[in-house]
Amino acid sequence: MSSLNPAAAGPLVGAPAADNYLTHSRGFWSWAATLDHKRIGVMYLAGIFTMFLVGGLFAVLLRSVLLTPDAAAGGVKTIVDANMYNRFFTLHGAVMVFIVIIPGIPAALGNFVLPLMLGAKDVAFPRLNLCSFYLWLIGTAMALASLYWGGVDTGWTFYTPYSTKVGSSGAFGGVVPVVAGAFVLGFSSIFTGLNFIVTIHKLRPPGMTWFRMPLFLWGTYATAVIQVLATPVLGITLLLLLAERLLGIGFFDSELGGDPVLFQHFFWFYSHPAVYIMILPAMGVMSELISVFSHKHIFGYKFIAFSSVAIAILGFLVWGHHMFTSGQSELLGVIFSAITFSIAIPSAVKMFNWLTTLYKGSIDFKAPMCYALSFMWIFGIGGLTGLFLGMMGLDQHLHDTYFVVAHFHYVMAGTIFVFFGAIHYWWPKMTGRMYDEGAAVLASLLMFIGFNMTFFIQFLMGTRGMPRRYYAYRPEFQFHHIVSTMGSYVMLAAVLLLIYVLIKSLRSGRPAPANPWGAGSMEWQCASPPPHDNFKTPPPVVDAYDYESLEWDERVGGYVHRGRRGGPAATH
Amino acid sequence: MTGILADSLGLMPPKASTFAPAVDFWFDFTLWVSIFFFVLIIGLMMIFMVMYRRRPGVRAIVTPTHSTVLELSWTIIPTILVVLMFWGGFKTYMDQRVMPSGAYEIGVNAKQWAWEFTYPNGIRHPELHVPKDVPVVLTMFSDDVLHSFFIPAFRVKMDVMRGRYTKLWFQATLASPPGGYYPVLCTEYCGTSHSTMVTKCVVHETRAEFDQWLRDADPLKKLTPEQYDEYVRDPAAFIAAHPDIQGLQSPADMGRKLWDTKGCKQCHSIDGKVGTGPSWLGIWGAQHEFSNAPPAVVEENYVRESIENPRAKALKGYAANAMPTYQGRITDREIDSIIAFIKTLKSGSETK
Repeated sequence: MSSLNPAAAGPLVGAPAADNYLTHSRGFWSWAATLDHKRIGVMYLAGIFTMFLVGGLFAVLLRSVLLTPDAAAGGVKTIVDANMYNRFFTLHGAVMVFIVIIPGIPAALGNFVLPLMLGAKDVAFPRLNLCSFYLWLIGTAMALASLYWGGVDTGWTFYTPYSTKVGSSGAFGGVVPVVAGAFVLGFSSIFTGLNFIVTIHKLRPPGMTWFRMPLFLWGTYATAVIQVLATPVLGITLLLLLAERLLGIGFFDSELGGDPVLFQHFFWFYSHPAVYIMILPAMGVMSELISVFSHKHIFGYKFIAFSSVAIAILGFLVWGHHMFTSGQSELLGVIFSAITFSIAIPSAVKMFNWLTTLYKGSIDFKAPMCYALSFMWIFGIGGLTGLFLGMMGLDQHLHDTYFVVAHFHYVMAGTIFVFFGAIHYWWPKMTGRMYDEGAAVLASLLMFIGFNMTFFIQFLMGTRGMPRRYYAYRPEFQFHHIVSTMGSYVMLAAVLLLIYVLIKSLRSGRPAPANPWGAGSMEWQCASPPPHDNFKTPPPVVDAYDYESLEWDERVGGYVHRGRRGGPAATH
Repeated sequence: MTGILADSLGLMPPKASTFAPAVDFWFDFTLWVSIFFFVLIIGLMMIFMVMYRRRPGVRAIVTPTHSTVLELSWTIIPTILVVLMFWGGFKTYMDQRVMPSGAYEIGVNAKQWAWEFTYPNGIRHPELHVPKDVPVVLTMFSDDVLHSFFIPAFRVKMDVMRGRYTKLWFQATLASPPGGYYPVLCTEYCGTSHSTMVTKCVVHETRAEFDQWLRDADPLKKLTPEQYDEYVRDPAAFIAAHPDIQGLQSPADMGRKLWDTKGCKQCHSIDGKVGTGPSWLGIWGAQHEFSNAPPAVVEENYVRESIENPRAKALKGYAANAMPTYQGRITDREIDSIIAFIKTLKSGSETK
């Protein structure tokens, strides 16, 4: 294989090109000032994965604190006091939401894959793309800088008046840098969204109509629209919060003439759509993974595509379901509840379509597929438990208990499964190397077991009335907490194994062919890793989910198009 | 109405209010629907995983990529089910949110980190006591940040905030066992000691029993001015002479009880441990330095001022605005008791 002339091999067959985007130029500035979407994607991925480990560390710490109930209840808290615990859960939430999950799939993997899927050379605005990455870096640095001022203890939701008046003692307090950091991260998100919208509109190749786009692009597009429309509201809200905290201007504080519930409306107007910023790209990846690893055309393409759009639109109109007990008017609550139920339908439609895609397929249990099938299970539970919370009468009981904690982890942290699946799926394309399949599958199974151990039992705590964000708790819940914490240790082991798999692949992985999985979308038609400018000539637009013309070629260790065998690449 | 699955699996707390059966019924309904769909989807997925696993040389079978009948059926059937759920949630919610007329009214005050209940006769008490089978309306207000009032056994919850009253009602149907109670929890994160902002809700079997409790709830308040003078002069003799006054103890013991129940202990330890505020151990007679006032010695007037107007003197080394004012929520007699209690907390005399 290596004896092939790279130039003659062309983009169609999996001979690693000598000149690819990784080797195209060298040195620090060739990365730091790069405009190549692929390098920006890789830098994002490295940064986001590192921050995932930071957020995960806080999670393991806070779970460890919860192993014992409380000194007052007869147990002993050995690790930290309540103030430190409150900082752990705040930073866990803030890091995971704003720094990891929101940019996770779109900014890291979307950046790498989106132009390739369109057969384009780059995104529409490469400089804006780099700017977006640096804003992410600055925002992250600001959020972490809060540790210097004693950390933040407001919870990731920054509810007023706690965040403006009390939280994190000290004149400056950790609240200011974290909130300012979230503001900057918001701009990073807006720029990415803007870039993707324009790229999808303007850089689609001739022949790729909207309904011939891979579904990942539909997911990313719907996400980008939310990012551009909703994130500015978060920016404004956070500025108002800072103005109240630093300048004493009353927006939310009733003593200054503000309204205490207003902040929640503003905050959730962004932060509920933000849940869909997290899940829509994950659903997009799911449609790719399920179809590719079943080797079967995706079922109900248009319904999946439209359900993404429906979720994006309806997602703007349900924020009040976070506030059924906040004192908002009863009428508002009823309207929000009704719209909340309507959003369950497009989510269910996607599940059924993925399921039908599996039917009579040829299901290959590679690591990405294991993560995808895990997500079916996890999102199934996450979605169905959302029904309980959408019912106003039940929410009066379940709101702000561990039931909610378990529910949103099954949804939001569930997207981490897809993120990991996507990393494995596009890893050969990004690095030009395959990974150890057996170890990767084992990591995904450990992850699945650990996740369910950690979070399923939290539903049972919640229905029994265990409130969230509690440092001390009644001893009757200790058993639940111990199981949950043990689950988090299993997940920790899974993540360590995953890191081992990826590092081993970088060091000694077998070279990847252009198309190791037999996928039909365009990114698999260029070499692994792709050359600097992706495609010399735009590849022909084909049905991304047509696997009939793909077949395994032993010589390249990957899949090739049947019609293209015997071309120049196949010469010996 | 009840929840068969929730009950047999013990998923819910005791059913102690009129709302509990309806909430549990709809919980159960949604649980059955969820189990059905989960088993359907994941069951089929697992069957497909086994039946259609990749085998060498066997390609996927090409099946139709679209079916309007299928798409419509898995759109319409869930829609009907969620309309039902919405209806159930809506109906229960409206019952919870429409306040009954002629209910027994109790005021609730929340502050970092204590609950206080004001009864119609003016008694302020850290525990919620209610009679069984009587509708009770709570009118709630916060002194500082957001809190949320939650009694799992009643299936009720409502945020409590500054600048706006919020209301909540319930009708207890199950008396708490003798000596037992239903936990009252704060479910909106409110700072350091959020998780200990819990108190007791006691449901009395009869109205007479409740009224009796209410009469005895504040023994200090029951005393006439003459009786109070007599009590302060010689507490032990007065208590011995008046066995009918339930719960009356020496001023220092009364002060300790107030420390325990009025929220003082969340920030002020009595064993020397530094908390959000200074420990009371050995504080009496000590010299205090302030960031905004000349130094002062801890004596009666300073303690009174710190309770009623805590921001007048900001003790160095502690947050200036951490303590809420107790003006209007604490009687002169109660302040006397707290002073008496602090006086007993001398360094070296460990009081646990």
